[in-house]
Amino acid sequence: MRKIGNIFWLGTKELRSFLHDFVLLGFVVYAFSLAIMAQANSYSQEVHNASIGAVDEDHSELSRRIIRAFLPPYFHQPRRIAERDIVPLMNLGKYTFTIDIPPNFERDVLGGRNPAIQLNVDATMMVQGGLGADYAQQIIMTEIQDFLSHTEGTAPPPVNLDVRILFNPNLTSAWFTSVMGIINSVSMLAIILAGAAIVREREHGTMDHLLVMPLTPFEIAMSKVWANGLVITVAVGLSLYLVVRTLLGVPIAGSIPLFMVGVAIYLFFACAVGIFIGTIARSMPQLGLLYLLIYLPTIMLSGSNTPLESMPPWLATVMQASPSTHFVSFAQSILYRGAGIGVVWPQFALVAGIGGLFFVLAILRFRSTAAQTT
Amino acid sequence: MSRPTAPVARLQNVTQRYGRTTALDAITVVLPSGCMVGLIGPDGVGKSTLLSMIAGARHIQSGDVFVLDGDMKDAAHRAAVCPRIAYMPQGLGKNLYPDLSIRENIEFFGRMFGQPRSERAWRIAELLQSTGLAPFADRPAKKLSGGMRQKLGLCCSLIHDPDLLILDEPTTGVDPLSRRQFWELIARMRRRRAGMSIVVATAYMEEAERFDSLVAMNDGRILAVGSPLELKARTQTPTVEEAFIALLPEELRAGRKRLEIPPNRTVNAEPVIIARDLTCRFGEFTAVDHVNFTIERGEIFGFVGSNGCGKTTTMKMLTGLLAPSEGEALLFGRALDARDINSRRRVGYMSQSFSLYAELTVRQNLELHARLFHLPAQKAAARFRELVAHFGLDEYLDQLASDLPLGIRQRLSLAVAIVHEPEMLILDEPTSGVDPLARDYFWELLIDLSRNQGVTIFVSTHFMNEAERCDRLSLMDSGRVLATDTPRNLIESRGAATLEGAFISYLEEATGSSAVDSAGDIAVPAAPDGPAPSPPPRPLVSLRRLFAYTIRETMELLRDPIRLTFAMFGTVFLMLAFGFGISTDVNNLTFAVLDRDQSHESRAYLEELRGSTYFVEQPALANYADLQKRMQSGAIRAAIEIPPGFGRDLEAGRPAWVGAWVDGAMPFRADTIRGYLQAMHQLYLTDPAVKTTLPQARSAARIEVRFKYNQDFESVYAMVPTSLSMLLALFPAILMALAIVREKELGSITNLYVTPVTRIEFLLGKQIPYIGIAMTNFALMFLMALFIFQVPLKGSFLALLLGVLVYVTATTAYGMVISAFASTQIAALFGTAIMTFLPASQFSGMMVPVSSLSATAQIMGRAFPMTYFIPISVGAFTKGLSFAELAGHVAELAVFIPVLTLISFVLLRKQER
Repeated sequence: MRKIGNIFWLGTKELRSFLHDFVLLGFVVYAFSLAIMAQANSYSQEVHNASIGAVDEDHSELSRRIIRAFLPPYFHQPRRIAERDIVPLMNLGKYTFTIDIPPNFERDVLGGRNPAIQLNVDATMMVQGGLGADYAQQIIMTEIQDFLSHTEGTAPPPVNLDVRILFNPNLTSAWFTSVMGIINSVSMLAIILAGAAIVREREHGTMDHLLVMPLTPFEIAMSKVWANGLVITVAVGLSLYLVVRTLLGVPIAGSIPLFMVGVAIYLFFACAVGIFIGTIARSMPQLGLLYLLIYLPTIMLSGSNTPLESMPPWLATVMQASPSTHFVSFAQSILYRGAGIGVVWPQFALVAGIGGLFFVLAILRFRSTAAQTT
Repeated sequence: MSRPTAPVARLQNVTQRYGRTTALDAITVVLPSGCMVGLIGPDGVGKSTLLSMIAGARHIQSGDVFVLDGDMKDAAHRAAVCPRIAYMPQGLGKNLYPDLSIRENIEFFGRMFGQPRSERAWRIAELLQSTGLAPFADRPAKKLSGGMRQKLGLCCSLIHDPDLLILDEPTTGVDPLSRRQFWELIARMRRRRAGMSIVVATAYMEEAERFDSLVAMNDGRILAVGSPLELKARTQTPTVEEAFIALLPEELRAGRKRLEIPPNRTVNAEPVIIARDLTCRFGEFTAVDHVNFTIERGEIFGFVGSNGCGKTTTMKMLTGLLAPSEGEALLFGRALDARDINSRRRVGYMSQSFSLYAELTVRQNLELHARLFHLPAQKAAARFRELVAHFGLDEYLDQLASDLPLGIRQRLSLAVAIVHEPEMLILDEPTSGVDPLARDYFWELLIDLSRNQGVTIFVSTHFMNEAERCDRLSLMDSGRVLATDTPRNLIESRGAATLEGAFISYLEEATGSSAVDSAGDIAVPAAPDGPAPSPPPRPLVSLRRLFAYTIRETMELLRDPIRLTFAMFGTVFLMLAFGFGISTDVNNLTFAVLDRDQSHESRAYLEELRGSTYFVEQPALANYADLQKRMQSGAIRAAIEIPPGFGRDLEAGRPAWVGAWVDGAMPFRADTIRGYLQAMHQLYLTDPAVKTTLPQARSAARIEVRFKYNQDFESVYAMVPTSLSMLLALFPAILMALAIVREKELGSITNLYVTPVTRIEFLLGKQIPYIGIAMTNFALMFLMALFIFQVPLKGSFLALLLGVLVYVTATTAYGMVISAFASTQIAALFGTAIMTFLPASQFSGMMVPVSSLSATAQIMGRAFPMTYFIPISVGAFTKGLSFAELAGHVAELAVFIPVLTLISFVLLRKQER
């Protein structure tokens, strides 16, 4: 009972300090509002406004129809360019795609001579180049079929493939990037808030003070976990309801309360890591540098930017040890696929376990940190 | 000795405010030249502000300051006189560089004043000789004792032979022997250079006795001006300290009485603390060296010594914060156990920094501690009332601790330390920085605790008059206890007049040096009594001063293992992670089949999928519920359903349907899977093996897709050059961002304010080493790209190299802007992280071309250098472009450099606000 009392009262102190730090407060507000909006509008997951140049050497009805078929939002209106400009313009990076419709194309199509359209793709634009090439081919083929069905009619294929996309039928980037933005912000803030709380107490000399009072490192660390965790949990909740659902209009399939439980468990881990690096770093700048080395890879490789399936298997296995990877994974399960506790509990347990490990490490290091003040 | 009659400084109606507090309130004063003028008064009365304004380091808000016959508001005059002024700010060696050796520090100052190598050499030799620092010339400043640090500060100030020397509390926290040596040094120096004016601020009133003229200050106002004799005569007091107190306004002196210390009545009480051979080592450095003492119940025991002599470390060992390397400590008769919660309840501790929660109010601070010590509610309330009344805290109850005057904060801190009625109090320099009146009040409280409540008090201090109030005390120096006894016995045993004299005598015995050390006189170069040499012509940008900063920054970087490791291996580590991890080649996709036909035809269709290298098949699906569950948990990314009658329909020539479900949680992956499935479907339709059974329409036209630059469409060829771009945006910016703000936080920025170095020299000089680091990073990452990731360089290396150079200059300049703007390192660090990470990862064309972004994101992207460097990096590596083809991008990138440098120039001030 005493322990709980101590943890509670120390935590309220933590909350009061936090509310007085307007810079941090502004940082939190930014991370859960503007930063989310900016990422939601990044279109990083889809083909959007791809730049395309078109060479029309045919000047026929069909060639004009093909060029007109490239429409926003997938493609910019194609710019007419000359054939000799294809290479220099693509070198400059002006166009991700160029199509070249050869002379007499329409005549050859009607004559059944199976002519070829050239589609050049800038293969250094990985997301847009790959997906856009598929889109462009479909657009061209559909347009030719359409044109032909007016003139002669074609036989339907014997087997049709009907692809249905679950959970996000139109594959809107914002549905994904907004929630992933929240996840990025959670990791970013939780680690740094907890870590900075430790280093700040040490720099102000109050850590010494706590350690000579009848308090255990467990109580001190736990108070920081609950206080910082609470702040971020509230921020996540508000961000999900106000920013993601209301402002961005992203429908959320699953149970938000269940997700919030997951957030709380993840926060336990993130705060524990923060406290742990707070016990290693001797000053705020060192904390910051250490933090970047942890934060950047865990977030960039967590599956919230590029799919885990695209990593080399050994790296994907290594990333299984990072709770951020599981956080991203269960967030997707719960929020998009509507998964219940029955599906995600192993991941919850894993995150809690790794969090517990760091928490124990942090507590073991706690006392030795006091020595570093002078 | 001829004294020029014109005053060295004249202040008229000067008022300076920081937020709501008024530091200087309509000050008008004239400081005579050619003599030693002292500013006296407690901390926080505006002495430092006044001095920094005279030095030209601080912006003048209102009023006029004339120094050396010119207006200090005029930047041209400041620039002209700054080579004639030397300014040593408050804080031990605050404008020195701790990682640099004594010689390197002085060298740096010499370069800043544009002295050529030969001149520096003899000046440094003479200064080191006359200050007695010569034997330690290669010792880093951070390893110097307080006294040596002050001497070094003096050397750095005298390197350019100033006419006006401004010293802000040069001896605070220094042991009495070093303090005496310091004043000897100043005296000798004045004998040699009679014309020099010196303005000194001090909190030690006894030092002020020997100044030529005094300015007594309190609360931003001047109380009196005159020689020490005049002041004492006017107030009819024997000492300057008494005179000062007499000069204070009536209401402050009200209720003040001479401090009476009743004798300690407890005789031969049992020992509360016993230290036996207590030793603490940090690496090779011995902070506390076999310390022995015994403290008895109810006594006030003092620890006296200079800053850094081991007082704090000893106290930390006694509170269990530090484990002793050797020896033992007994607390209440038992060996100290850091884990023993119960013994902690019997001890109160007040650390040097007062350890209060500045963001909590007085009430909240007291209540929090009462709760943490688990006082029962009723008792807590009573104790709260008692402490508030006794410590005079009523009127401050709801103020934040950070808003309290220092003296009140100190009282609150003591109240907090005794809220649980401890039997013993450990107080680490509880009175540093507090004015004499508040110090007396504080001691009254301590004496009351000791004599009336039987609390044992263990207190450390560097004030001798406080030491005299202790029952017994230990004199400490360099980690050792020199002597332990009552003040009276200590004085008598050395035959000294004062405790300070006794301490000096002990110190001399311990260190083997004497107060008046035999070092030669301060040598004044060239013409000792002639006029000061006219300042050399001032070029707009002096390369010597610029490189002074470059050399210093480089040395500091090389000596900071943490920053250096981060700078070098941070990029390597992240390049490995990103190079392998950030990829868009979607492979190993899991899928499962719900084959409800189980015919030859259905298997033929699925064969196409199973043969693919992109997919990995999972156990077949049993039914729709299974499909639903496994999609939900993310176990499979795609499911294929072949309906019953698929084979029959095919044979009958009826259109057959296949259903596919794709997990859309990650849109890019889903879209890619859809593309794969459709391609596979097309393959199936044109497969000759299938064709035999089916009539197939001939396609009307073909599309020849050409993946330019990267035929196999492997993402490593794009991602490695972009990851390199991203890391060269983040790391140089972050390292640079810490560079300037670090000087602001540590105080060495003062050197920019008061020396001839210009802002542009400062900025560029500091930027050069970081550009060097970034180029090294590039070299490492370039080799990794070639040999680890096997991404060949197809285009112009020269263009890439030039592009990188321009790029890292731009990204360091980006960090420089943030650093010039921010005021703390932590703000700069996170400001830079926010300002670089989002634009770098999202809006610079790493994943999405900038032209495809929404309008605001495009603006963010186009204002970030990386947007212009990715085409260079990808162009040179993968697109195989020539120098001419890349030159345009390099030119665009180059625009950032002057723009960002100009912004930093405007944001960085040549004076403090």
